[in-house]
This record gives sequence, C-alpha cells and structure tokens, in this order.
Amino acid sequence: MGIAVEGAFKRFGDFQALDDVSIDVPDGSLTALLGPSGSGKSTLLRAIAGLEDLDAGQVVINGQDATTTPAQKREVGFVFQHYAAFKHMTVFGNVAFGLKIRKWKRPEISDRVHELLRLVQLDGLAERYPDQLSGGQRQRMALARALAVEPQVLLLDEPFGALDAKVRKDLRTWLRRLHDEMHVTTIFVTHDQEEAMDVAEQLVVMNEGRVEQSGTAGDLYEHPANEFVMSFVGEVNRLGDHFVRPHDMDVVLDPDERTEEALVQRIVALGFEIRVEFTLGDGTEVWAQLTRPELQKLELREGQIVYLRPGQTKSFSSGEAVSAAA
Amino acid sequence: MTPTAPAKWGLRGLAFGYLGLLLLAPVGMIFYKTFEHGLGPPVDAMTSPEALHAIQLTLLMVAVAVPLNTIFGVGCALLLVRRRWWGNSIVDGIINLPFAVSPIVVGLSLYLLYGNTGWFGPTMAEWGIQVLFSWPGMVLASIFVSLPFVVRETVPVLQEIGTEQEQAASTLGANGWQTFWRITLPAIRWGVAYGVVLTVARVLGEFGAVTIVSGSISGETETMPLFVAKAFEQFQEEAAYAGAIVLALLALTTLLLMSVGGRKAKASSGGSLPAAELAVSTSNTKEGS
Repeated sequence: MGIAVEGAFKRFGDFQALDDVSIDVPDGSLTALLGPSGSGKSTLLRAIAGLEDLDAGQVVINGQDATTTPAQKREVGFVFQHYAAFKHMTVFGNVAFGLKIRKWKRPEISDRVHELLRLVQLDGLAERYPDQLSGGQRQRMALARALAVEPQVLLLDEPFGALDAKVRKDLRTWLRRLHDEMHVTTIFVTHDQEEAMDVAEQLVVMNEGRVEQSGTAGDLYEHPANEFVMSFVGEVNRLGDHFVRPHDMDVVLDPDERTEEALVQRIVALGFEIRVEFTLGDGTEVWAQLTRPELQKLELREGQIVYLRPGQTKSFSSGEAVSAAA
Repeated sequence: MTPTAPAKWGLRGLAFGYLGLLLLAPVGMIFYKTFEHGLGPPVDAMTSPEALHAIQLTLLMVAVAVPLNTIFGVGCALLLVRRRWWGNSIVDGIINLPFAVSPIVVGLSLYLLYGNTGWFGPTMAEWGIQVLFSWPGMVLASIFVSLPFVVRETVPVLQEIGTEQEQAASTLGANGWQTFWRITLPAIRWGVAYGVVLTVARVLGEFGAVTIVSGSISGETETMPLFVAKAFEQFQEEAAYAGAIVLALLALTTLLLMSVGGRKAKASSGGSLPAAELAVSTSNTKEGS
C-alpha cells in the first residue's frame, strides 16, 4: 500500500529530469522529496499525479498500477506552489469543484465544503474570491479543494515556497497537525531542508534526477550516504578528504597533535548561536558554530590565532561513508 | 520622473487634439450631416427596401461569420498555445495572412477560386450552389478578412493564465471538456470577447473583398458598406450618411452588449476587466493569515 515508484525515467529535450528513480512511500506517512532545483523532485511528484508521463518506469498507488491512468482518474489531491486558484470562482466554488464534477447533491456539497473550510480555518471567507485572500489563505483554500474529494494520496509541490517566512512556519506546523488528523498518504516537495526535517517523517533526498538517500531526518543527518547528502541536510566544512559539521569544530587556545592552527577572520553573532570564520594555514576557509557562553569563555577576537580540533569527521570514498571520531 | 504641470497638460491636450481631429471630428461631422434636417430624411432613407435589405444582409454576414470565427479562433488558440508541435509556426503565420493581404486581393482570389473557370466554381455550380454574386461568397469573404481577431486576442490570454488551473481541475476529476467549459473559457473570456467585438466590427465594415465577390447588386447582394458607397457615388448624400450612422450604431451596440454582458458575468462570478484584474492582484495580496 502507499505509493511506489519503480525505475522512473523522464527526459525533457537534453535534460534528464529523472534517471532511474525508485521510491517507496508507506501508507499514511508524510514524506518529503528534498533537493535543489533541477533535481527532479517536482517532476517525480507530477509523474505520481499523472501530470507528467514517464518515459519508462511504473507508478503504483495503493497497490494499483497507475502508470497509464490519466490524472483525472488517479484520485490524488495536488497542491501547487502558486495555488492554481480558480480565479473566477469563490472560495466555496473552488472547494466544491471536485464534488460538482462528481455530481454530488447540492446540500451535501454545502455540508462538505463548510466542514473543510472549518478544517482549514477559512469558514468565514466562503464567498470571497481568491484575489481577496492572502497567500497563506489561498494555499489553505487550495488544500481544502484537494482534500474535498477524499483523495487516496495528497501531493504538495513546494506548497509554502511562495509565502513569507512567518506564514511558512505557521503553515507547516499546521500541515503536520492536519496530517496527524487525516492520515492520508502525503508527499511534499521542498528545497528547504529545515522545512523537510520539521514536517516529514521520511525524507527522500534527490539530486540530478536520482535519489541520493532516503530515511528519517536523524538518519540523514547522522549517517549521510555521501558528500551531497551531508552538505545538503546541514552545514559542513571540508578539510581535505574529510567533512565535519561546524558544531563539531572544537576551538582551543593550546595546540596538541590533533589540532590545526587557524586565524579568526570574523565573528558573527546570530543570537545564541555564534558563527566564527577561520582561515587555515593552507588558505582553507572553515567556520565553527559556537554558543555565546563558549565564545565568552574563549574570549575570541578577530585576528587572533587559535587551534581547531575537528570532532567527528566523515569521509566518503567511492560512495561509502567512513566515520571517524576524534 | 514626473512631468511638470505644463508638460502634463500639454501631453493631455496633444492626445485629445489628435483624437479629436482624426477620429471625433469626422464621426461628429457624419452625425451632424445626417440629422441636419431632422429625423425624417435619414429614417426615410433607411426604410427603403434596398436599405432594409442591406441591413439584413449585413446582419446575416455577422450572424454566420462571427460564431464560426469565434469557435475556430478559440480552438486554434488552444492548439497554438497548449499543444507544442512542428506545425505551430506555420499555422501562426497563415492566421496572420488576412492582416497582411489587402481585402481587394482576398476578393480577387475568391473570384478566381469560385468563378466559372476556377478550381471550385464548376463543381459548386454542378451542386447548384452559387457562390459568387450571392451570399455564400460574401460570407466566405467576411470570414476570411475577420479570421485572425479572436485567435490574436485569445492567444496572449491563454499564455498568461498558464496551465496550472487546468491541471488542478484534472487532478480534481474533470475531463477535458469539463475543464474547458468550467476553467479555461471563464478565464479567457475577456480576450475572446474583445476578439469577438473586433470581428463584428470588421465584418460590419468589410468593403473591399465583399465588393468583388458580391457584384454589389442593389436589393440582392448589397451590404451596408456597399450601399453607403453606392449612395455616395450617386450623390444621395442623405442615404450615404444615414447608412454610415446605422453601421456606427451597430458597432456601438456590439460594444455595449459586451460590456453589459461582462458586468453581469462579473456580478455573478467575480471576474473583472483585465486591467482591473491586474490592479486587484497587485494591490490586494496581503500576506499574514
């Protein structure tokens, strides 16, 4: 059950959007497709919805092969980044659209639409037009519209991408709660690793049309399969062949055999977190994430020579991860 | 940069002066000349059998050519914008042909095609259909000259609305036909309506092509513009001016019907004129919910 994609290929002209992609999304889960732009994540989502035909491969939704089923018959709810609101219809009309297509009776449509509008907290705005709503309200309307027809799966394509930071944060908490209530298998696409880790139970990291790794947020952060995943799901410093997270950089004032000399270039106070930028002897630029108390204890200042001791480092040889604890 | 007050008034004066001299003065002159001696003469001139027939025939041209070109135009615009295929640029170029070719040439080419020695002429005659010097030929000419308007006005609107609303409709279970009627058509209706207004105006006023194919037989194959021209040549100035007024009124009526229909559509579905739509979407989108 859930959603499975097997060996998906898709090419647009010279651009290989999907290059042998297989994913498995458990029934009732909330999964994020995470990757930079052009990684194929949106194409994969659209292929699941039937909005894009695959060159090769298979899409299975709840045990049924849906590869050749048109979008119209797949029973998926799809939410677009730019809302795709029906501008000439009221909020009510938008949410009722799928039900009217399914020839529901008028009173039943009204009940269902109002139930959904309550769920997305738009109940007082049923007679408004999309132009009269804020971006966040439009996206909630789009979500209610997608949920109205009780889809088997819910697909969201960068749903919060066009919203400002504050609204974005509210909406993702809210999506998380909504999913806990509805338990509909949900996949959402994002390029924001923090958003993906915040909302999703399972993450699928994509790059250049391939799946790099999938797993929980913890798995990906602690055990990244390769350099791409390591640098995409968190900050990273590169020291030769080794990679180390900025919070694993110990700053000490006295050298020993495991430390390296570094010049403090810049100290940036970001509230509780302090970002300290260094230049190493060979010119490499690295940075360390310190807390305010740590900084005060060290009494760092710009231009000072200190010593860095990388804690847990990782190196990736031929795709295999090698951990080394200092 | 904001222009100074004198410059602003100067520009306005220039715009109004230009419009006044080139558009309003000639049209105003016609109205003045027509009603110079009261309502009687123009009404008489327009109730003669020839004049009434010319009005009827003109309306027939509109009634046939406009719906056909509207259906074709919307379909063709959908094909050009929504389907990417090798023939696109060819179709796109051919559609502009009526803009590029003089109506007289259109008339001549129809004459060559449907005349006694033309490609289609003898066959059509065998079937008992007279195309030239009869209304079928005039309808063909009208369709030809007014063909591009709906396509040209609809294509940019279709490009502007994009495909996401249509895709959303399909994921909600709508088939192609339902998506077209419920989503696409309401979204492009202002483009289509503007194209229809231009088509009507063009068909009402068509002179060159229709002159050639109709033979301009009074009371038989004479549309209003032909009637006006003939009256003018024969120094029947009253009839000429009155005919011109009828044409102007017909065009005005189309415009009025469109804007009344548009207002009704707005009241029932919340749509608005393109310009107003733009203003709303830029000013009315506040974040924070």
